[in-house]
Amino acid sequence: MSVDLSQFHQVFFEESHEGLDVMESALLNMDVSQVDSETINEIFRAAHSIKGGSGTFGFSAIAEFTHVVETLLDLIRSDQFEMQAEHINLFLQSVDCIRTMIQELEQGQACDTRLASELKAKFTEVLEAKTSSSGKQTDSPSISPEGGQPSSQTGNSGRGWHIYFKPSVDILRTGNDPLRMFRELSDLGDINVTALMAGLPALSSLDSEGCFLAWEISLSGDIQKAQIDEVFEWVVDESDIRITPLSDISLKDGEKTETVSVTETGSAAPALIPEEKAVSSKPDQKHAIAATTPVAEQSQKSARKEAKSESASIRVGTDKIDSLINMVGELVITQSMLNELGKNFEVSSIPKLLEGLAQLSLHTRELQENVMRIRMLPISFAFSRFPRLVHDMSQTLNKKVELVLLGEQTELDKTVMERIGDPLVHLVRNSLDHGLELPDKRLAAGKPETGKITLNAFHQGGNIVIQIIDDGAGLNEERILKKAIENGLVSPDEHLDPSQIHDLIFQPGFSTAETVTDISGRGVGMDVVRRNIQELNGTVEVESSPGKGSTFTIRLPLTLAILDGQLIRVGKQVYIFPLVSIVESIESQEKMIHRVSGGCDVLRIRNEYIPIIRLWDVFNIDADHKKVADGLLVIVEGDNIKVAVLVDDLLAQQQVVIKSLQDNYKAVPGVSGATILGDGTVSLILDISGLIKLAGVGKESYRKVSDSGDHQAA
Amino acid sequence: MATILAVDDSASMRQMVAFTLKGAGFNVVEASDGQQALEKAKQSTVDLVLSDVNMPVMDGIELVKNLRALPEYKFTPILMLTTESATDKKMQGKSAGATGWLVKPFNPEQLLATIRKVLP
Repeated sequence: MSVDLSQFHQVFFEESHEGLDVMESALLNMDVSQVDSETINEIFRAAHSIKGGSGTFGFSAIAEFTHVVETLLDLIRSDQFEMQAEHINLFLQSVDCIRTMIQELEQGQACDTRLASELKAKFTEVLEAKTSSSGKQTDSPSISPEGGQPSSQTGNSGRGWHIYFKPSVDILRTGNDPLRMFRELSDLGDINVTALMAGLPALSSLDSEGCFLAWEISLSGDIQKAQIDEVFEWVVDESDIRITPLSDISLKDGEKTETVSVTETGSAAPALIPEEKAVSSKPDQKHAIAATTPVAEQSQKSARKEAKSESASIRVGTDKIDSLINMVGELVITQSMLNELGKNFEVSSIPKLLEGLAQLSLHTRELQENVMRIRMLPISFAFSRFPRLVHDMSQTLNKKVELVLLGEQTELDKTVMERIGDPLVHLVRNSLDHGLELPDKRLAAGKPETGKITLNAFHQGGNIVIQIIDDGAGLNEERILKKAIENGLVSPDEHLDPSQIHDLIFQPGFSTAETVTDISGRGVGMDVVRRNIQELNGTVEVESSPGKGSTFTIRLPLTLAILDGQLIRVGKQVYIFPLVSIVESIESQEKMIHRVSGGCDVLRIRNEYIPIIRLWDVFNIDADHKKVADGLLVIVEGDNIKVAVLVDDLLAQQQVVIKSLQDNYKAVPGVSGATILGDGTVSLILDISGLIKLAGVGKESYRKVSDSGDHQAA
Repeated sequence: MATILAVDDSASMRQMVAFTLKGAGFNVVEASDGQQALEKAKQSTVDLVLSDVNMPVMDGIELVKNLRALPEYKFTPILMLTTESATDKKMQGKSAGATGWLVKPFNPEQLLATIRKVLP
């Protein structure tokens, strides 16, 4: 029989990850002083399942390690061991260790067992300390049948065995049928069964579900005693079983006893009719087992492939699938209605046609929204790592922190979710490290000793908003300003309002931490966070009030597949700006435009100099208005740089479905994708930062402009 | 063909057991905890129950007790899937009325061999 176990590996990995998550969050929520038995049970069950599965599927390294973890958990569960805070950390490390091993297996690598053996040693230490203090046995590894048989009889008698078997009265009530055992014995060799009826009560007092018989069995053949033990394995504790080599006892020994036979068709009530017949038929088991052998062989390879591709799968709630199916049904109905209409079309049926088309568009839109929903996952997937992160970090930093997660069910596109993870981690770390104060400072400031970090997510318009709120000291405006002046980001005489100062932390190369800590000072600044978020067409802002804390607010589109776009026209071409990148649009006047010596025109607006990009020039196309003063300027922002783009006309704002240019054609600088408009024409979606690079109006020219004098443009 | 009720909270174990049994021609009913198993056992006739011990909601021991209390499951074979270390669990299972056990980890061959013992 060869069932290909590898087909279950993927499921095992997935459920193990789930189990580890359960263990982790239960451990983090655990109060050592008050160990809740349900929580411990939950952790134990998860560990137990992982151990069972890994053993079954042949991952012995994990099984061995989990066994040790489970042993300690079992002791805690049965109140034989008192859990300390340090043990929680040990368990948490074990969770990490098992997770790493599973990930290695998932990637088809061998498990690195070094950490496992280190931790195993720690567990053994804990267990041994426990055993020596209480003198109790922690674990008895396996049971051996205790039928009272001396071990000298385990050898092979060569001739066979004599067995005396008197089961407990209740044997039938546990679903054990003596017939089964005789049948099994008959597989081992020639069997002769004699029933001993002495214990049988009078019929009037007979409990028909009880078993009052005993049996003498002689089994001849070349049989190991262990084979017989195995037959009686499940009943050995409750039964009187004596096994002796056949040569020692004469076959005629049971002469005085009445005999009862046992037939194959006999039911579970063998105490009823005495009959002279011995069991001799051998069930046709071996054939049946053999017949099941080739079941899974053919599909082995394909199963393995499937398992791999599944790793990029998402779980979708059945309600979503159901509503999709429902919607497709509606669509089909509308389509057949339109079909019908088309077959015998008359002018009078125009209202019907319009109605049908309206329905069609309604259903299409609903279908689109629902398909989008399939890619949506609750943000708890991204939030789930934070309890652990905050727990570990607060210990490193000696801070007391309470983490509050709100809006965990808020849904977000899977791709966006994957890419928002790192920026979120960075922001939470930042809040913990720089935001929250040490316990004594907090007490001195009249605040509770335990700081609070709140992660909040909710939908607003077509966006998801994620907030990281701390009740720490707030941003130190003075220090930020000082640092910004040192770095030349701000001139000393410049007056900035608080929100502008706060925004400075997102400037490249900005870090005010007095000492570079292990936690945040890793050379990755807030500027990277902002850039990552902008790559997702999102924004990040900070609000802060001194002594009360800071709030970082991230706004992200719900999906990367659809974009809110502003359609613009240059000559005959229609392009699309992502709506989030647009700052404002203005009709320019001559006096606002200045020319710099480098050849770059800039727009001066509210004391700010913004480089001008002429789209017709960059893309080498015809335009209605080639002079800046004649057209419209759309001021857009990308990579923290503002540019004014010269266009002929602003058209509609609409949602567009993004088609990848890279997949369908090739990557084009300045263009992030394409879409198909309502009239069937293709329109390019502009990539602002790409456009800035393409036009060569980066930060350098912008700086130059700020310093140089005003020159009137031609 | 005989119907077997496979009870385990671990999906991978359940799938492995179900796949093996179906391959051998058995009908398989699956349940992920004792409560579910009890309901399914009441709904259909089951010839053999294979149950994990540690499960949420209702564990395997409770399941055995509850099944044995039903007239139609008085004598039905019930096998517990236990781990080698859980000796006391085996005994608890036995006293609750379980027929026998199969020690985890087991492979499909062992599973089928054990089932053949109780289901001729």
